[in-house]
Amino acid sequence: MNEYTMPIVFGVVLGTIARILMLRTDYRQYPTYLHGKIIHVALGFIAASLGAVAVPALMELNFTAVTFLTVAATQFREVRNMERNTLTEIDSYELVSRGKAYIEGIAISFESRNYLVILTAFIGTLFYLIWNVYMAFVGAIICLVISKVLQSGSTIGDIVDIEYVDPHFDGAGLYVDNIYIMNIGLPERQEEILKYGMGFVLKPKNINVVNTIAHLGQRQAILHDASVSLGVFRDSGTPALVPLIKRDLDDGRIGVFILPQIRDKEKAKKIIGAVPVLETAIRMPSRSDAQNKEIK
Amino acid sequence: MVIEKSVLAIITTNKEKVNGGAPIFICQDFEELQKTAANLEAILDGIAHALSEEVFIIVKH
Repeated sequence: MNEYTMPIVFGVVLGTIARILMLRTDYRQYPTYLHGKIIHVALGFIAASLGAVAVPALMELNFTAVTFLTVAATQFREVRNMERNTLTEIDSYELVSRGKAYIEGIAISFESRNYLVILTAFIGTLFYLIWNVYMAFVGAIICLVISKVLQSGSTIGDIVDIEYVDPHFDGAGLYVDNIYIMNIGLPERQEEILKYGMGFVLKPKNINVVNTIAHLGQRQAILHDASVSLGVFRDSGTPALVPLIKRDLDDGRIGVFILPQIRDKEKAKKIIGAVPVLETAIRMPSRSDAQNKEIK
Repeated sequence: MVIEKSVLAIITTNKEKVNGGAPIFICQDFEELQKTAANLEAILDGIAHALSEEVFIIVKH
């Protein structure tokens, strides 16, 4: 036991708690069950140790010791790779795939959460050493709140208006509102689709959103989440029953066509609204200089 | 080069209208055409698309 033992233990425990708080299993069913969770809690513990130990190293003027944080960075990039590989492997067996962009989004958040853990442990230990255990608690709680805020990005519901529309056929063409979805030849398939299908029109609230929801990865994420929560009316080898999203080229609205097992319009709207906006899909044309000059 | 989409079969009631590389199934009437298309759709894991009342194609997406 020396003067640093308690602060380090404090930081490590706090960082691990932060990781556990950020590890949620929800409708995405990921990470699932015990083993997946153990991996991430263990990595969280390692991250917390790195963050906590960095402070005494600095205080002892042992600056080179801080370079081991670069090892941490490499380590957590590996976490991102691991998540990406696992999810990509599984993706081909999903009835409605997640899509590469969604997987990348999940992988990125796993990496970044480990950095948040390092930060929490670092702040906890630092405050403990500079002031006292109470200040360390305050600092840690602030860090946890920041982590929670950073954890949840915006959702589709924030950026578009969602409206239910019955899908209909014009000849062999399937339409949601005036947006063409696909060509279905067989009358019995058409009946099935009219019976089980649901259509939604997502109307963008501003110009930035038009590009975001046009992103193919974002669209696949919407389909995947809707299918996970509402079930899917399809099996392998029935490509005619695949849910699809197509775009109205005129105004950037998108038409969502899904075949759910639970056909509850309000629930479906809520679920589509809760789909996360993927970081990779966000576009900000309104911030470009060319745009702004035109407006002026 | 990977071909992503291809016409796997053509089903028609009017053989004057079709020709080419894909297997062609000629049917007597619309009912037979529908049945053949439904079967082929299931067998080939493709989608039966209607080009007109007389011509259906099975496409792998």
